[in-house]
Amino acid sequence: MNTITQTATTELASRRRLPAELTIFLVLIGISLTFEILGWILQGQSFLGNTQRLSIMILQVSVIGIIAIGVTQVIISDGIDLSSGSVVGATAMISMSLAQVGTFDRAVYPHLTDLPVIVPVAIGLLVGIVCGGINGVLIAYTRIPPFIATLGMMVTARGFAKWYTKGQPISFPTDSFAMIGKGLAPVLIFLAVAAVMHIVLRYTRYGKFTYAIGANRQAARVSGIDVERHTVKVYAVAGLLSALAGIVVASRGLTAQAGMGLSYELDAIAMAVIGGVSLSGGRGSILGTMIGMIIFGVIISGFTFLRLDAYYQEMLKGLIIVAAVVADVYRQRKRVKKS
Amino acid sequence: MVSQTTAAAIKQMLDDTERDGLLAIEGIRKEFPGVIALDDVRLRVRPGTVHALMGENGAGKSTLMKIIAGIYQPDAGEIRLRGLPVTLKSPLDALEQGIAMIHQELALMNWMTVAENIWIRREPKNRFGLIDHSKMVEMTQDLFTRLNIALDPKAQVFELTVAQKQMVEIARAVSYESSILIMDEPTSALTDREVEHLFAIIRDLRSRGIGIVYITHKMNELFEIADEFTVFRDGKYVGTHSSKDVTRDDIIRMMVGREITDMFPKVDCPIGDVMLEVKNLSIPGVFYDISFSIRRGEILGLAGLVGSKRSNVAEALFGVAQANSGEIIIDGKSVTIANPSEAMAYGLAFLTEDRKETGCFLTLNCLENIQSALITRSHVTAGFVDQSTVTKLAEGMAAKLRVKTPNLHETVENLSGGNQQKLLIARWLLTKPRILILDEPTRGIDVGAKSEIHRLITGLAAEGVAVLMISSELPEVLGMSDRIMVMHDGRVSGFLNRAEATQVKIMDLAAR
Repeated sequence: MNTITQTATTELASRRRLPAELTIFLVLIGISLTFEILGWILQGQSFLGNTQRLSIMILQVSVIGIIAIGVTQVIISDGIDLSSGSVVGATAMISMSLAQVGTFDRAVYPHLTDLPVIVPVAIGLLVGIVCGGINGVLIAYTRIPPFIATLGMMVTARGFAKWYTKGQPISFPTDSFAMIGKGLAPVLIFLAVAAVMHIVLRYTRYGKFTYAIGANRQAARVSGIDVERHTVKVYAVAGLLSALAGIVVASRGLTAQAGMGLSYELDAIAMAVIGGVSLSGGRGSILGTMIGMIIFGVIISGFTFLRLDAYYQEMLKGLIIVAAVVADVYRQRKRVKKS
Repeated sequence: MVSQTTAAAIKQMLDDTERDGLLAIEGIRKEFPGVIALDDVRLRVRPGTVHALMGENGAGKSTLMKIIAGIYQPDAGEIRLRGLPVTLKSPLDALEQGIAMIHQELALMNWMTVAENIWIRREPKNRFGLIDHSKMVEMTQDLFTRLNIALDPKAQVFELTVAQKQMVEIARAVSYESSILIMDEPTSALTDREVEHLFAIIRDLRSRGIGIVYITHKMNELFEIADEFTVFRDGKYVGTHSSKDVTRDDIIRMMVGREITDMFPKVDCPIGDVMLEVKNLSIPGVFYDISFSIRRGEILGLAGLVGSKRSNVAEALFGVAQANSGEIIIDGKSVTIANPSEAMAYGLAFLTEDRKETGCFLTLNCLENIQSALITRSHVTAGFVDQSTVTKLAEGMAAKLRVKTPNLHETVENLSGGNQQKLLIARWLLTKPRILILDEPTRGIDVGAKSEIHRLITGLAAEGVAVLMISSELPEVLGMSDRIMVMHDGRVSGFLNRAEATQVKIMDLAAR
């Protein structure tokens, strides 16, 4: 008798609950429609009808989206990465310095000009892996909180980027390097990264371990997972993706500056959290982050469209991030009550 | 006329107080999902007495104490303080009504001074409204003199020993002018001399009219310090007696007088060669000189009270913790096990004690929970999980264990405790273990699921698996085990054969 009712209630519960991504998608539609209506009322024109605006919006969020993909898996493993923006700055500088044309006489490395595009890209990515790897080793083996370890990397990598050319910007990349961020390339790179990470998180051991560690570190350890080693990998991958974003940014701007990527980490975390990735780990998906990223883009683009002052935009952005975290905490609390 | 009724009312009140003593608890009930922790429980504490609370693991002692200290709210029943009904909404509420608890896991703030810890929230202020530190130190010194405690009020708490921290907690409780002091196994981490000092302080508090509720597992303490005692069993009240009127055997009988039902389908199966042998395994400060062996097809029950470090032995076997000395021999070969992954390579599996803390991935679905151990060792090609095969294996195992869930994509937090436990057992059975360590395999799950799990364990033994089963439920240990090992305070206190074992004999070895 007891077991029968139990099965019935679980069945009911599963039928009633929608996938988290669907809920977030509905939020996206709601926000978009709100802007559409406000657009007609306040501006006398359509928000969604303007495809050019939408493509600009997608382009804007794609670079940070690449970082958000890396941050998503970090947060799923119950961590956080504050160093992404600074790693963008550092890799932009390093890869640009190795991608300059020979005809420019004040190149950073006058003997290392006109290198094949693979060199700046590979070295840039390597820098990202090293930065992320250091984060991971600090977190896994010295047991300092991820917040502190990556905060240290955030400050250090930014300092490095400034020191690298004593604050001077680096310009004049080769044509092939400039191709990386040209046109819709950032969107395509983002989509490729998202697709790969979606598959990795869903179908590979790497993904299973990441969720397991975030869901219950102790249980993961007892299941035979080398939690420390996997943590290092997760942060290294996040660093790699930050570096990729750095290369794209530098290439697109045809110049690299030490200040590039400033506060990207916060936007990336916001995208993931808005997309339903739980800050307490073990829950979230690439699909969710992608929707979160578009919500983020729609809001920014919508505010601009409504000619809202840039200052208000930033303040509202802050509010939205907090609201997303409150929603997450509220979801947690409901779960605790139930169990 | 009026004064007469008033007088009668006052007289009635005084009578009530007289009958109730300091603290009276009546008909308390507390239910947690799937378990009734307390059912119609009562307790009376008279002023100026030490009242011991005894019972096996899971008898409900700690739950009741948490209710009295305002940490849990009862589902039903009444708490009366000096004859007046009270509701205790929070620990602060309880504290202000004069009930203080000294926690087993001490609740002090490490990086603050002794004085700051005692007077937190009530710091003396100077005329600028700032905290007056010298006054605070003075007040602490007065308190310590009164209690005969020799401690520097300005010492940082993290520098103190466990015993000294306990003194600070007691002083804090006294500083609230508490009339009731709850102590949850206060001597578990103390040396003999420290225990003597603690008892001296307790006797002093008793002479001041404070009522002390004292939870303990230790018989000798009961006779040394307690005036009265109450025994609980399975969340129910068994009885209250004066500690002068009873013997040790009487108390053990009160604690274990549980019916052994025929829910244990133990079948005798052929017992083979020694599979696992442990010699003199030690972790200083945790457990010492643990030696035992388990044969193929044998179920070795491991009994002992909370704090006997049974689980720590299991963790050392599985590589969760490292033993400092001793030997583990599997199939006649001496092995070292540095981590769970190596343990699994030797054919070990470990169902941990705490489903929520170290077992389930609550946010993940059933399938992920079942396959987590398997895919650390096999069924992965080029990083990709061979999902179709693993899913089939998981579905087969879930069906075999009769896990009740609409499908394996259901999130585990929506399942009942018994089904969660079955999933965890499924996780380990998929790894085809030869040595299975089960830590409280049926804790907090309903009777039906319990007997299914028991049948399963017996079945595994029949297939030749060597089983080490840790359990706090004596009927379970007695019903399931071929042999029983009893631990007390980090040491093996004895072995009992299936034929000779009784609840009284086990408790006798477990509670020295």
